[in-house]
Amino acid sequence: MSDPVLELSGLHTDIAQYHILEGVDLSVPRGQVTMLLGRNGVGKTTTLRTIMGHWAAKSGTIRYDAQDITGWPTPARARAGIGFVPEDMGIFSDLTVEENMVLAAASGPLDPARLTRIFAAFPPLKTFWTAEAGNLSGGQKQMLSIARAMAEERILYLIDEPTKGLAPAIVSTMAGALRDLKAQGASILLVEQNFAVAKALGDHAAVMEGGRIVWTGPMAELAADTALQERLMGLNMEVQG
Amino acid sequence: MTAAPDHAPTMTRASLFHRLGQAAPVLLVPILILAGFLAIGAPSSWLTLTVSGLAMGMMIFVMASGLTLVFGLMDVINFGHGAFISLGAFVGISVLLALSGWTEAPSLVLNLAAILLAIAAAMVLTGAVGWGFERVIVRPVYGAHLKQILVTVGGLIVVEQLIHVIWGPDEIFLNRPETLQGAITFAGAALEKYRILAVALGLAIFLAMRLVLRRTKIGLIVRAGVQNGQMVESLGYRLRLVFIGVFVAGSALAGLGGVMWGLYQGVITAGMGERMMILVFIVVIIGGLGSVEGAFIGALLVGLMQNYIAFLEPKLALVSNIGLMTAILMWRPQGMMPVVKAK
Repeated sequence: MSDPVLELSGLHTDIAQYHILEGVDLSVPRGQVTMLLGRNGVGKTTTLRTIMGHWAAKSGTIRYDAQDITGWPTPARARAGIGFVPEDMGIFSDLTVEENMVLAAASGPLDPARLTRIFAAFPPLKTFWTAEAGNLSGGQKQMLSIARAMAEERILYLIDEPTKGLAPAIVSTMAGALRDLKAQGASILLVEQNFAVAKALGDHAAVMEGGRIVWTGPMAELAADTALQERLMGLNMEVQG
Repeated sequence: MTAAPDHAPTMTRASLFHRLGQAAPVLLVPILILAGFLAIGAPSSWLTLTVSGLAMGMMIFVMASGLTLVFGLMDVINFGHGAFISLGAFVGISVLLALSGWTEAPSLVLNLAAILLAIAAAMVLTGAVGWGFERVIVRPVYGAHLKQILVTVGGLIVVEQLIHVIWGPDEIFLNRPETLQGAITFAGAALEKYRILAVALGLAIFLAMRLVLRRTKIGLIVRAGVQNGQMVESLGYRLRLVFIGVFVAGSALAGLGGVMWGLYQGVITAGMGERMMILVFIVVIIGGLGSVEGAFIGALLVGLMQNYIAFLEPKLALVSNIGLMTAILMWRPQGMMPVVKAK
């Protein structure tokens, strides 16, 4: 395994009175796609949100790019190169597509070359550039959500269920865009319920159960072992393709 | 690069019905003005009342605009906002009284210069007090609405009492600057000069706020922060700093509103801000939480409605704004142009 861009050690997170993460240990290799898998409610989204700083870790450490970021506020983590695509997409619906993208370029104006690449991956964003983001379809909103994370150079992307509820053609566009990100050297920690997408994109997999990582290994190994899939993830994964 | 899906969407013009639905709140102001004209009958009285209503609306908007952004950005219910209205009025009027040589001179330039200095002093001081208010009173109670109400009401009382300590317990009467007294006659209607100035000033502030919110990055951050603050932070922006800036600006605008209102009424009291908060909250609620445009339209509706009803049916004047709020909330329960959905 290449050197990790992100390492979680003994991460515990409480939300109100609920103890959600119960000691997460996870290593995310640099420049690769790590799939975070598991049944609904096992703590995948909370793991991403704890890494991003939305929830404070009760104990444990988060090391990112050789720095301990456990106590950092969310904006500092973002400025250090962590891009976040939430499950609900987090689109600013009253702003136009253009305004959403301008805002995403936090360190300066939008880079035209980067924007050209984004338009090539997601042509509807060019078509609806001046339209209010709230009027986009679900798939277009998801495109905008990922495009926004791509608006600046990122080292690590945290992406939560980008294909949820999307038509197969859009799913394939999303998968292609994520593959391109990886080809450009980005590291991705991806929560995904669509096992076909997970199989196609993932280099590594980490499976969660009860707020902990219970299995890690190559994605190919998990994809090849249906008994292991059944044992670790039950029937919640959408097995397609 | 990835192949995009075959679907090639195009932009089409929204239907007339859809466009009318979106413009409906904006249309309410001319509709109310037209209804006022039909109900009042006499054009000169209608024009006088309309200018008076617009002036009142503009001043309420100036006071409410900061509150709606603070409400939207950080989900903070600041009942202490009225303190900045009173404080601004006392500071501004003190400056005007000190500059009596300028205000009593029959020179429009000197009179306006005195008002501008009074406004600047009021805004600087209320902005500074707003910064301290956020740091000491509001910051410890983020996310706790009941505590916010209790401590900000407490803050309001403290500021009111401090005004009593500094300026004394009595109300202060004042005359408007020499050239802004009286009225001009237009189409047979008497239009008070100060009200025309208040309309112009309020409109200029609204346009400036709109420009900042629509055309600058900081405005973009504020608008996005009102909708989804966590996501704005996830993009790398320190929303806390933006919020402090908005709180200070909102306090300064309340101070400006206090000076304008004091000059409008010709008398100031420590409790004037507290009393204005009823109208300010009505404007924020009917405008839609977090919406500057909504607050602007709401304030104009409140100002016009109060003036028309006071003329037509004086006994109903006290309940006219509550009636307006009830009608708008029955039509749009989240307010006219909500940016933040009520929880």
